[in-house]
Amino acid sequence: MSSQIIASSASTVVARALSEQERHEIDHELTLYPDKRAVGLEALKIVQKHQGWVSDESLHAVANYLEMSAHELDGVATFFNLIFRQPVGRRVMLFCDSVSCYIMGCDRIKAHISKRLGIDYGETTADGEYTLIPVPCLGDCDRAPVMLMDGEQQRNLTPEKIDALLSRTDAAKTDAADKGDA
Amino acid sequence: MAKISVDGIKYEVNAANNLLQECLSQGLDLPYFCWHPCMGSVGACRQCAVKQYRNAEDTTGTLVMACMTPVTDGGLYSIQDSQAVDFRSHVIESLMISHPHDCPVCEEGGECHLQDMTQMSGHNYRRYDFQKVTHRNQDLGPFINHEMNRCIACYRCVRFYGDYAGGTDLVALASHHHVYFGRHEEGTLESEFSGNLVEVCPTGVFTDKTFSAHYSRKWDLQTAPSICTGCGAGCNTTPGERYGSLRRVVNRYHHDLNGYFLCDRGRFGYDANNSAERVKEALFVQAQINGNAEVPARKPLSATEAARQFNAMAGGDVIGIGSPRASLESNIALQQRVGAENFYPGINDDELASAREVLALMREPGLHCPDIRSLEQSDCVLVVNEDLTNTAARMALALRQATRNAATTMAAAARIPAWQDAAVRELAQHERSPLIILSPQGTRLDDVASDTFLGSVARQVQLLEAIAHCLDPEYSVSSRDPSLTSRAKAIAQALSAARRPCIVSGISAQSTALVRASGNLARALQKARKGDADAPVGLCFAMPEANTLGLVLLAESTGNTLSGALQRLAQKRADAAVVLENDLFRRAATAEVAQALAGHTPLIVIDHLHNAFNARARLLLPAASPSESNGTWVNYEGRAQSAYRVFAPAEPVRAAYEWLTPADPVLLPSISSEEILAQFADAHSAFAVLKDLLPHRLGLSAVMKSPRQLPRYSGRTAMQANSHVHEYRQTQDPQSPLSFSMEGVPLQKDASLLSAAWAPGWNSNQAISKFQDEINGELRQGCKGVHLLQSGQAQASYAPIVLPSEGDLAPYFIEHLFGSEEISAKAVAIQARTVGPYACIGEALAQTLGVAQHGRILLKAGERQVQLPVLIRQRIAPGSIGIYCAGELDRYSLAGGVTVEAVPEAPDLLLRSREMFRHLVISDSWQGRDES
Amino acid sequence: MSDRPLTRNIDMRREPFNLQQYRQAEGYGAVLRMLREQAPADVLETVKNSGLKGRGGAGFPTGLKWSFVPTGEGAPKTKYLVVNADEMEPGTFKDRLLMEGDPHLLIEGMIIAAYTIQASTAYIFLRGEYLRAEKLLRQAIAEAREAGLLGPNIQGSGFSLEIILHTSAGRYICGEETALLNALEGKRANPRAKPPFPQVSGLWGKPTIVNNVETICNLPGIVRYGIDWYKKLGKGADAGTKLCGVSGRVKNPGCWELPLGTPIRELLEERAGGMSDGYALRAFLPGGGSTDFLLPEHLDLTLDYDVIGKAGSRLATGTMIILDDQTCPVGMVGNLMRFFSHESCGWCTPCRDGLPWVDAIFQRLERGEGRHEDLDILTEHLTYLGPGRTFCALAPGAMAPLGSALKHFREDFEAHIGSGGCPWPK
Ligand SMILES: Cc1cc2nc3c(=O)[nH]c(=O)nc-3n(C[C@H](O)[C@H](O)[C@H](O)COP(=O)(O)O)c2cc1C
Ligand code: SF4
Ligand code: FES
Repeated sequence: MSSQIIASSASTVVARALSEQERHEIDHELTLYPDKRAVGLEALKIVQKHQGWVSDESLHAVANYLEMSAHELDGVATFFNLIFRQPVGRRVMLFCDSVSCYIMGCDRIKAHISKRLGIDYGETTADGEYTLIPVPCLGDCDRAPVMLMDGEQQRNLTPEKIDALLSRTDAAKTDAADKGDA
Repeated sequence: MAKISVDGIKYEVNAANNLLQECLSQGLDLPYFCWHPCMGSVGACRQCAVKQYRNAEDTTGTLVMACMTPVTDGGLYSIQDSQAVDFRSHVIESLMISHPHDCPVCEEGGECHLQDMTQMSGHNYRRYDFQKVTHRNQDLGPFINHEMNRCIACYRCVRFYGDYAGGTDLVALASHHHVYFGRHEEGTLESEFSGNLVEVCPTGVFTDKTFSAHYSRKWDLQTAPSICTGCGAGCNTTPGERYGSLRRVVNRYHHDLNGYFLCDRGRFGYDANNSAERVKEALFVQAQINGNAEVPARKPLSATEAARQFNAMAGGDVIGIGSPRASLESNIALQQRVGAENFYPGINDDELASAREVLALMREPGLHCPDIRSLEQSDCVLVVNEDLTNTAARMALALRQATRNAATTMAAAARIPAWQDAAVRELAQHERSPLIILSPQGTRLDDVASDTFLGSVARQVQLLEAIAHCLDPEYSVSSRDPSLTSRAKAIAQALSAARRPCIVSGISAQSTALVRASGNLARALQKARKGDADAPVGLCFAMPEANTLGLVLLAESTGNTLSGALQRLAQKRADAAVVLENDLFRRAATAEVAQALAGHTPLIVIDHLHNAFNARARLLLPAASPSESNGTWVNYEGRAQSAYRVFAPAEPVRAAYEWLTPADPVLLPSISSEEILAQFADAHSAFAVLKDLLPHRLGLSAVMKSPRQLPRYSGRTAMQANSHVHEYRQTQDPQSPLSFSMEGVPLQKDASLLSAAWAPGWNSNQAISKFQDEINGELRQGCKGVHLLQSGQAQASYAPIVLPSEGDLAPYFIEHLFGSEEISAKAVAIQARTVGPYACIGEALAQTLGVAQHGRILLKAGERQVQLPVLIRQRIAPGSIGIYCAGELDRYSLAGGVTVEAVPEAPDLLLRSREMFRHLVISDSWQGRDES
Repeated sequence: MSDRPLTRNIDMRREPFNLQQYRQAEGYGAVLRMLREQAPADVLETVKNSGLKGRGGAGFPTGLKWSFVPTGEGAPKTKYLVVNADEMEPGTFKDRLLMEGDPHLLIEGMIIAAYTIQASTAYIFLRGEYLRAEKLLRQAIAEAREAGLLGPNIQGSGFSLEIILHTSAGRYICGEETALLNALEGKRANPRAKPPFPQVSGLWGKPTIVNNVETICNLPGIVRYGIDWYKKLGKGADAGTKLCGVSGRVKNPGCWELPLGTPIRELLEERAGGMSDGYALRAFLPGGGSTDFLLPEHLDLTLDYDVIGKAGSRLATGTMIILDDQTCPVGMVGNLMRFFSHESCGWCTPCRDGLPWVDAIFQRLERGEGRHEDLDILTEHLTYLGPGRTFCALAPGAMAPLGSALKHFREDFEAHIGSGGCPWPK
């Protein structure tokens, strides 16, 4: 049981209001664990799903909701690789750089992506579209090199495949833009 | 007991402990970081590795972490084994790979556990030649510096701050070798115990910001064993001085009281000593001719002139008003000077009455007053009204530990040793020993409370009586409220189920009814337990000031009260009044004090800080501060403890008792504190035990003195070279066991007289383990103070209680750790944490009044009215209003009852109060059961 | 009866069996019979006698582990079963196959395990990146619950079980069972001290069993067909089958269910089709990133815990990573070191501060700026981060490929020193 600070020297951050949907999903998680704090990571993932990342404002919102300190929640959030505490692009490329992918030449693929998009690991393209993040082994070693993008595992990557993937998404983008114009 | 062998030498050790602790208890040098005597083991740093052998034939052995290894009877271990030595040197090497080479500019240098352990583990040259990990530091507020680059990730800071002290805003962030210990965003640390980080951190990540502002190496500080005067807990401290100013305070181990930890008031309040508001000269108001008119003006006097003037003024029928923040010696000296019948305790009448009730209870056999360590060991605590975090913070920290006893018990059942810190926490989760808090508003202990009752003093008294009635049906309740019955039953049950129950209250509400009701409950509980002699019921009362009990004891022989003194002054029934270290405006209603002053009785005040009251003195004498004079202080248990002066103040400042007892006004000074104490103890049998505090008890002679300076103390011959070339003469201290020198007996017979903890190879405060009979044990031959309260005759009957009458809106007075105590509130760093007066109300009242958070209300009490900013709290007793006086408002004129009105909002004021409230740390909205 | 009890329903070209299909393939029958007819102690006996060893890496006998859970009067009422589906060991892709291929098998296994230790809540701790497994498991759990195979009083047996799927957020150390428990409790996933073991004080302080996905998936077969059948599945000393994977430059990388005791050569040459054209075998890690290198001379060893152990490595997860003759061994090990260094939880000194040093040396070697002393420092770290020195098994695991690489590929390390860069073609 944590106490909430109502008046303190603590924070300059104003908690963002959680959306109805976010609260609904967090409430569901709360039914699954005997202790509120166990839901912290899950709640952050829910927020990240809706917001793209976890801002300080969101962190405080979740902490308030779970009646725990934002500091303690951030201690957990920053421990994990997949909680983004900084804005990321609309498409996050989780690029496997572990051993089997290494053997199968992932460095070359990575170089290709970096060249095409002009970003290195941890960076986001200027248009805010792509972020490239290295992840440990994605468990698809028999189809290395691999990356996870838009919720889909992309396997047996080759520079050509990357080109196709990027132009496909670029096309989709242009499509959407066209529709927006019309 | 277990017999073990370490490197072939046999030792008898405690089988309940881990190997590291037992090795240290035996005086062996074994390096460690993550372990802490008070926080147990977690096995993170791996620095304490030793070899463990299965049997005599086993020549290879296994490397184990000593802190995670239970000692077993017949166990064979080696610290010297080459593999163990090698492993430890690797550990220290890798701890140091990112550590900066900044010892020369690091505040920890010279008392750094990391330096000590690096030496001990044998790491000299850095082989690591890659980039170091670097971090950005945070501004953690006025008390603590943050230099993360020095971090060795031992996790002690967060274990102390969070696990031990309950703070939620200092955490471990990130992971692998990027782990970062700080807040998720910059800002002032919220915990009232943040200062302990300075000592808990084995290196220079967390250092004392106030010390940095006038830094000196540990070995250059002149130090002496002292007692904290921040409240009545009686924590032991080591203040340090250089060049005539006090530089810092660190913890001084006391087995029964503070152990290893202090609160932030005690640690950072010292700077009041260096305040610009110090009284530095004797000031005398004389009529001066200004043109044709005679105008009174304050004029400095020399010490001799002042003493003469004092003698002249205080010759006849003089009354003396003592002080709860002055030493016993000064109070005794005043009492002797004016005579017992003319000696008045300088505290409010209601406070005095409450304290007298406390004395009676403490003398009652069958009830026992727990020291702080016993509080920690209690398995069920009932807190009555006192907001301990703000009035006796060290006791609050102990109660937080007491709630962990359930965990230790569970662990024992699961065969997990208590020192397996993380394992015990993981097993017990939220399981806690009962801590029941009765209070008018939410407190900072609520997060570990099993039950919190929000009620006014009268409601609390009713509940206490109801509990007593549950325990003893013969107990007749003064006013029955059936709505309290089930609550009372539950609490009664928790108390009677406990093996070591404690009731903890205080006198900050200045309510005798509350003290009596607490006492009655303790008696009823004791009766219900059939007087279990092995485990008497604990009952104690926090005392607001360092010598409240000492003063009340001294004044016990007469029925004198402060209002009696004020009346005599108002009616001019005295030739003069001597007021000792006291601002009477804080002690009685302003009108009453003003009336007394209107009598124009010549007023002599001896004090060390200027204040509104001593501005009215005809003669103001400059007193030495507690760290500038020897003195004895009586804490909440009635334990008298000696403090030794750290340094001698500049002329003409002297100890109040020296002003009060000049044998010859020309040859100042005259009498030592030891002589005062000895003579007084001889003359009053009730105080005879005080003699045990005197150095002769130790066989310490004038030649065998213990030094106040460490062997490396530097610059002695040059310190004053800017003003004269001669080496200055050391201050003389003929009666005390301490010398103002670096010469002397380096290892004192009495470890409680250590001027600073230091042992070869151990330069940090952790050297204290070298002076304990075992880790966490008593200091070797240490004097723990003497108890002035002996049990008297059994009092069989319950004390009658008159339920306090409360109006529609019952005021209660809020205390703040930073600000409520008069002296520490003058320290610059503390001032950065204080707030001005405000009122605290509940949401319902706020709605009725139409006032928003941090808006204003008008408070009316009779003639008086005052506008105050408002803090709306979720957790406040219905029908109550909290008032924080900040040493500015006259609480006595408000205590009788108040009415409130809304005030139209002024945006600039709102902004100001919002800014002010940002300094306040209050826990609220805890999901407890509330009384509605 | 099948000699591939783990994968008999699996065909990755189609959707996995839904509940109905799974039941048609004899699914859940055994478990329901067990709930009706067997006492938990009987099931425990069966599992003990089956010889099933944990498939999470350590190979600890499953029944023995379960038997440490306190039972009887004084024992805590609440107990937990936790399935370790955090699969993040480099080169390991076997649990994914089971969860994506036959989710009901896992659920059936979980009912057996939970019943045996009398846990009424079970968590699946799934690594966050396994999105498809998450979706399929959620579906399967919902189906099973709908059909009364999960939930209160399963099929009138008096036994209740809720399965809760928890998805993590990417951290290798969460696979360490006690770190996993901290993560489930919403804390930083630092491992816990052992003792006390989770069986006594685990999730929220309650007795807890943590088992690997594959371990659990072995249970339905054992309960259905019995101990003798299970034992006979194995060709050598160990009982049952094992999922074995091969990744790297082979013709047909993949994951297969093989009897324990199958020769490694069979796995590599028959299943994985041998080395890709133009590549030769230089060495291999037999069971994921934290095992020691074995050499071509070890190809005729059998996939048995003890056999591989005697050869100086570990069967561990059973997923082989092949080092071919055109990949730089120093680069490969450097890649692993980087992984371990980054995935260290930061709790204990040797791992937190030792691995980054190792990593930094590998980077220097890669740049061709290495020195001979660097190899000494690497060698020192082998003992310094060895078993018993660190708080958990992550760092010793990291030292396994390093130590064996220093032994087998010394000349490659030397070749990096003063070379001006990695001598291998990129
Ligand atoms: C660093 C580290 C990572 C681990 N990762 C996993 C993992 O991803 N999956 C797994 O089942 N076991 C993993 N383990 C082993 C577990 O700690 C544990 O032994 C296992 O889950 C027990 O299951 P079993 O008895 O069924 O094998 C890991 C161990 C360590 C030290
Ligand atoms: S070996 Fe130590 S630092 Fe590394 S993962 Fe385990 S506990 Fe964490
Ligand atoms: S003191 Fe033993 S591991 Fe840190």
